[in-house]
Parts: sequence; structure tokens; C-alpha cells
Amino acid sequence: MSESKIIDACNTFCPGPLMELITYMKQANVGDTLELLSTDDGSAADVPEWAHKAGHEIVSNEKIGEIWHIKVRKTK
Amino acid sequence: MSQKISIVCVSGTREKLQMAAMIASVAAATGDAVSVFFSMNALTYFIKGHTAGAPTEGEFGKLLAQKGVPPFKQLFKQAAELGDAKLLPCSMALDLLKITKNELDPEFGPATGLTRFLSQSEGGQLLTF
Repeated sequence: MSESKIIDACNTFCPGPLMELITYMKQANVGDTLELLSTDDGSAADVPEWAHKAGHEIVSNEKIGEIWHIKVRKTK
Repeated sequence: MSQKISIVCVSGTREKLQMAAMIASVAAATGDAVSVFFSMNALTYFIKGHTAGAPTEGEFGKLLAQKGVPPFKQLFKQAAELGDAKLLPCSMALDLLKITKNELDPEFGPATGLTRFLSQSEGGQLLTF
């Protein structure tokens, strides 16, 4: 069964949110979805860029209030 | 496409160490082959038990001390652990400091001379801080 997990990286600055996501991504199983919460606007562009390069899938990327919610599915 | 990035850290100021650590961690975690060569004032922060913070170069450096900014030592460690970055101490700097590689943080690789580092860096990008 694939799992969903929320990673709260609010109030940390670049590259903190990305590094937190990658830390959890390494431990996740293929098919799992991780949702990164970030208040760093740079994450909205940087996380998809990383996911594209690493070959993972961006499920959604939206700002709700002051917080970016970026969902990434591990594909390999 | 992954690429080869070699970083030379010389300065012991907070801003330069932070920028080098940011590039090393992001590049390594993105799959680039990263080597960081530490010499001069940059090396002493990685002697085991060293806890003193790095002096700032200017006003911006003070902002880096606030909560939420990942410390440079943590970023270099993540570069090594998450992205297999090589952290290499300059053999000349170790000689002058009269220490061995074993007295540095465990993420550090073997003492490395300039000749080897330059030949390893061939064909990639080389950034100096």
C-alpha cells in the first residue's frame, strides 16, 4: 500500500525545505506521496525543478494562505 | 543531466561557507557529482568538537544566524549523506594545522593534494568561495 505523509518545513529557509523533502523521499517507498509544507516561496519553483531532474512526479503545487502545499509522488 | 561540480572553500566567513554549503547540498541531492575541497580558514570549522560560529563578512551574515536557516555544517553533512558529496580536506592545511584526517568530522574523506583534486575536477565546473 502506498502511503501519504506530510512534511512540515514551514519557517525554514532555502534550501531547508528541499533538503527535508529529499531526506524523507530517500526513506519512502515507490508510489508513496509526500506533501511538503513550506513558507519559502522559492520552494514552489525549486521543488518541481528537483522532482523533474530526479524523475519524481509533482501531483499538485498550490499556495493556501501563506503556505505552499507541494505534493510529490515517488516514482522510482 | 547530472554534472560534475567541484567546490573550493577557502574563506572562513559565514556568508561564503553558507553559499558553498547550499550549492553543495542542492547539487549533490539532485544527483550531481560533488566534491568540496576545504583549505585555509574554511577547514578549522570541521575539526571534531569545534562549535564556534563563523564571523560574518557583512550585514547579511547576521541574518543567517536566525532560526530556520540551515547551518552550513548541517548542509555539508546532508550533501555527503544524501548525495554522496565528497568532503576533502587539503593535505597542506592538515600539515600546517598539525592534525590528521581522523581529527575531522566523520563525513570527511581522505587528505587530498591539489594535484589529485585538480585532476578529479577536470571537465567539470569549479567554484571557489
